[in-house]
Amino acid sequence: MDIIVCVKHVPETAEADVAIAEDGKSIKTTELVYDINEWDDYAAEEAVLLRDKLGGSVTAITVGSEEADSTLRKCLARGADRAIRLTDEAFEGSDSYVTAKILSKVIKNLPFDLILTGAQASDDGCAQVGVVLAELLGIPHATMVKKLEPKDGIVKVNQELEGGLEEIMELKLPAMLAIQTGINEPRYISIMGIRKAMKKELKVLGLKDIGLTEEEVGESGSWIIVEKMFVPSVEKEAEILTGGVDEIATKITETLKTRGLI
Amino acid sequence: MKELLVLAEHRQGDLRDITFEMLTKGRELSQALNADLTVLLLGHNVKGIAKKLTDRAKRVLVVDDERLRNFNAEGYQRVLSHLLSERKPLLTLVGHTAFGVDLAPSLAAELDIPLATDCINLGFEGEKLVVFRQVYEGKVNVRASLRKSESYIVTLRPATFEIEEVKPLGGEIVEIPSPPSLSDDMSYKRFIEYYQPPAGDVDITAADIIVAVGRGIRDVENVPVVEKLAKAFGGVLACSRPIVDKGWLPSDRQVGASGKTVKPKLYLAVGISGQFQHISGMRSSDLIIAINKDSKAPIFRTADYGVVEDLFKVVPALTDRILEEKG
Ligand SMILES: Cc1cc2nc3c(=O)[nH]c(=O)nc-3n(C[C@H](O)[C@H](O)[C@H](O)COP(=O)(O)OP(=O)(O)OC[C@H]3O[C@@H](n4cnc5c(N)ncnc54)[C@H](O)[C@@H]3O)c2cc1C
Repeated sequence: MDIIVCVKHVPETAEADVAIAEDGKSIKTTELVYDINEWDDYAAEEAVLLRDKLGGSVTAITVGSEEADSTLRKCLARGADRAIRLTDEAFEGSDSYVTAKILSKVIKNLPFDLILTGAQASDDGCAQVGVVLAELLGIPHATMVKKLEPKDGIVKVNQELEGGLEEIMELKLPAMLAIQTGINEPRYISIMGIRKAMKKELKVLGLKDIGLTEEEVGESGSWIIVEKMFVPSVEKEAEILTGGVDEIATKITETLKTRGLI
Repeated sequence: MKELLVLAEHRQGDLRDITFEMLTKGRELSQALNADLTVLLLGHNVKGIAKKLTDRAKRVLVVDDERLRNFNAEGYQRVLSHLLSERKPLLTLVGHTAFGVDLAPSLAAELDIPLATDCINLGFEGEKLVVFRQVYEGKVNVRASLRKSESYIVTLRPATFEIEEVKPLGGEIVEIPSPPSLSDDMSYKRFIEYYQPPAGDVDITAADIIVAVGRGIRDVENVPVVEKLAKAFGGVLACSRPIVDKGWLPSDRQVGASGKTVKPKLYLAVGISGQFQHISGMRSSDLIIAINKDSKAPIFRTADYGVVEDLFKVVPALTDRILEEKG
């Protein structure tokens, strides 16, 4: 089973201070730590688990800058056989649609039975790339995949719906599956592991290698263009309880007492 | 006349809330644009649902076909690509739900119609469609515009647009035949069945007091720190999704879009950042208190009271204080 896994190098922002950059259209990135997108981590692990069970190969692909190599190296350390980075100045400003277009141009020339992506990226939250990619390649797809079993040219998947309900579907291979968190337990990748995988192939391709024009990529090829980024205004804000921890504990207790909750 | 389409979302015989949310926003937009608001309903034996929708739109287009009985992006896409090519609606609204995320991007790519997903607001400025979205885990908002086009598709974030009460409009139901393409080989993706994971031993939706733990707890060994607080309150312990993904708590403890929706008298969120998929499951709680060391965490936009502190300091102190109080 030849598997392609599409991954994205994203900043960790859940616990970081996020500030708007000078251009007003992006964030200041210098202070932020980058890593593989959480959903892609599960997708990469799933790809390697399947390959180990069924044989074949795993190719990790990203559209990103040179810094994204650390995310690809992480995939290689996890067990991917090779990696491809798609980098070009012209890609700057590309939305999910263009990203999928770029990926499709490369993937269509590779042998594959299955394409895995994360269900969404934690930075832009668009949840589009995998599904657009499937359409551009003319293959079936499923999203929010929590379980998958390939067999005899078919893959059976559990697609997660709202409220914990799941939907069991069968898709013809080759297919694209967007992976939901919790499908497996991504293994821990050590620095040693990454070093050991340095010998594995990491190919870099640009615009001229993939058969797209400059107009078809970047902002000019995109569906959606960012005009402005800003810190959301607060319509409702929590009353922040201040003081030492004991003081805070007392304040909470008093509030709950007045409401009859204690 | 310009047309604005809303794709109705329903499952197992019921309309989903997102449909009414889209219709509320859709109505506002259609009035501003002087456009017709039309609901599109695909399914099988959906007369009852169609009737309900006539309260909120002048026209309900129904495609009733056995092959559309269960949601399958493949069949839906064939019908929609036919209808959208024919009617060329200025805007089609779809929910940013498991259903919409499976359908909208491939539909948009097939027809090369600009798409914006997970929008929290949108409007036209002259010819330009402007959308608002949240990025970087709810910490930053984006204003973006779509490439000029005669048609657009936008998916709306669930639980974001308040459903408005309306006087029934008494709209008409128009049945339209399924396009011939629906008869083509549809074996690429086949629905087999729904699966509802078995219920666990605790029903968190019945609890008056919920203490929920998130990824801020760092390690499974620390979970008892928060569990003790839940016990002191006489409440139950719940959690955000990563805690279930890691196998630290069973899935019936998960609050949020893909977990349970709860409305306790007190919801105490500990080390939870407050992503919209979590918020949609607890925002209707009577009283929400959040403990998070990051003052910019989005949870503070939903909470009534906030504590910006290390949970490992506050939670034990609060537990002791509550136990003291209870004697
Ligand atoms: C289709 C789909 C469905 C989903 N369904 C759900 C769902 O049902 N429920 C759900 O919860 N999520 C759901 N998610 C996931 C959601 O997007 C978030 O990833 C998740 O809610 C994050 O959980 P968290 O807040 O615990 O973790 P994080 O976002 O990592 O936040 C951890 C927080 O802990 C704080 N913290 C860290 N250390 C401390 C400390 N010592 N003291 C105090 N605070 C600390 C940090 O400041 C941070 O704010 C879904 C996602 C998708 C794509």
